[in-house]
Amino acid sequence: MADTTAITANSIPAPAAEDHGIWGFSRAQFGALGVMLVILAVGPFLLYPVFLMKLLCFALFACAFNLLIGYVGLLSFGHAAYFGMGGYLAGHAAKVWGLTPELAIITGGATAAVLGAVAGWVAIRRQGIYFAMITLALAQMIYFLCVQLPFTGGEDGIQAIPRGTLLGIVPLDRDLTLYWVVAGIFLLGFLMIHRIIHSPYGMVLKSIRENEPRAISLGYRTDDYKLLAFILSACLAGVAGATKSIVFGIATLTDVHWSMSGEVVLMTLVGGLGTVFGPVVGAAVIVTMQNYLAELGAWVTVIQGVIFVICVLAFRRGIVGEIGNWLKVKL
Amino acid sequence: MDDIFGIPAPLLFGQLLLGLINGAFYAMMSLGLAVIFGLLNIINFTHGAQFMMGAFAAWMLLEWAGLNYWWALVLVPIIIGFTGVVLERLMISRLYKLDHLYGLLLTFGLGLIIEGVFRNQFGSSGLPYRIPAELQGAWDLGFMFLPIYRGWVVIAALVLCLATWLIIEKTRLGAYLRAATENAPLVQAFGVNVPRMVTLTYGFGVALAAIGGVLAAPIYSVNPQMGTNLIIVVFAVVVIGGMGSILGSIITGFGLGIVEGLTKVFYPEASATVIFVIMAIVLLARPAGLFGRA
Repeated sequence: MADTTAITANSIPAPAAEDHGIWGFSRAQFGALGVMLVILAVGPFLLYPVFLMKLLCFALFACAFNLLIGYVGLLSFGHAAYFGMGGYLAGHAAKVWGLTPELAIITGGATAAVLGAVAGWVAIRRQGIYFAMITLALAQMIYFLCVQLPFTGGEDGIQAIPRGTLLGIVPLDRDLTLYWVVAGIFLLGFLMIHRIIHSPYGMVLKSIRENEPRAISLGYRTDDYKLLAFILSACLAGVAGATKSIVFGIATLTDVHWSMSGEVVLMTLVGGLGTVFGPVVGAAVIVTMQNYLAELGAWVTVIQGVIFVICVLAFRRGIVGEIGNWLKVKL
Repeated sequence: MDDIFGIPAPLLFGQLLLGLINGAFYAMMSLGLAVIFGLLNIINFTHGAQFMMGAFAAWMLLEWAGLNYWWALVLVPIIIGFTGVVLERLMISRLYKLDHLYGLLLTFGLGLIIEGVFRNQFGSSGLPYRIPAELQGAWDLGFMFLPIYRGWVVIAALVLCLATWLIIEKTRLGAYLRAATENAPLVQAFGVNVPRMVTLTYGFGVALAAIGGVLAAPIYSVNPQMGTNLIIVVFAVVVIGGMGSILGSIITGFGLGIVEGLTKVFYPEASATVIFVIMAIVLLARPAGLFGRA
């Protein structure tokens, strides 16, 4: 890895020099964070906690995906592999090995990180469209492995995963207790991503997105930076999947299927690529939509396709991007 | 019958033939993708759905209009190719000035719509399409029985691929196409209508996928998912071959089909993943692909 102290000295202004916000958030972003925290706090008293937990898992998944597309400019079309594998391993760890939920989730995240390291090592050799095709193909390979490997339970998946007791002290059987844990995991992941993209390392990532040959000519080993970003993104996607399997007590092939990779792209696109809050809003919109339209069956796919087309043709900034543009702030 | 490497010869040749047929579809699909990518610079994610539409169109012509397989072989590429032309004019052409990834996202969305609509209309289970009377039966080759239809698919795909190669490499139209791939504004300055050429190229690529669908209809059951499962493998094939060369994508397509068939004989557990493993190895050794330009 290149020397990061030289980075800030040479080329890119330190993040603190451009926004005078709080903890690296600009004023508008800090306001939005406040709104999000309030919604997180009162949400479970107004809405069904399990629904909110599902939403938070997908929001974290979308944020992890956005780290790659929004800040490094890499479109991964295979993120379901890390999400699903995280879920499988967490389920296996909690059910068969009898680990506590926090250790199960860490197992899931670590597995996804290892998987991401191998897949990323292969995929970062190409850019743009090729990168998307390669990640999709590798994810399909992982999907076939999940169909064949005995521990995933094939078509049945891993069922009856226990929620367990957090740290061996707090039983998570009550939905509301589990909700606070999930909200904590989400916030931790969200703030971690925020920290990453505002670090000197994150600045280099953005310079790779803007102009990779120039970043190379400045002496950065861009492949190392991209690989680390891929691993971090895969790891957080794995944590999201692991949390989801603990919440629902089930891990299935749906979560590793390519359509799940498409869904996370859609969530991020709807919310706004490269915005801090976009993936969260996008996940909320898509999960809510699926919840209310579930009885329509295959039409949900059609509606998702239509949203894709509309977003690409007319609405490329996404919801949060449009609001930010309208208020003239970066959200 | 003799054994070859401890494998009964009929099994070996049977799987080789299956591999060759899969390879024929890989070759046709990756050829279409490469032609479209060359000029439009987008990866056509709808390609799988268009392949599926080709198979369904053949089924509809037979069931609803009473037009047989041979009619379908002529009419389907024209019909589906025309829908491609409309799609390009209405939607895809708006994205040429943007990042190429938007083209991928748009065509992915279109694929979802088409697949969803067909699934609503026809359900997920397959519809049968009978092999035309002229191509039923099998030839006895001495060492194996060759179902005539399967032989026909391999030969038809080879002819289509080579014809495409000849058009692009040896005709005047193909020369325009290659020139526009290199430098579109310059070709336009010579008075060639490049936007129309782009539209027709997309239509041609789509028509190729549709013919693939017609050829596939009697082999696989006609179902809405048939294209999507194929297209992901074809993406890997395209990455392995590199999209720079037309002949390269034909060779890679057939070659990988055969490799997949052989894997089914010697190590069946890996047959679903072998192409992806090869892709990873090729990327590590030659990132631009076997026939690609860096």
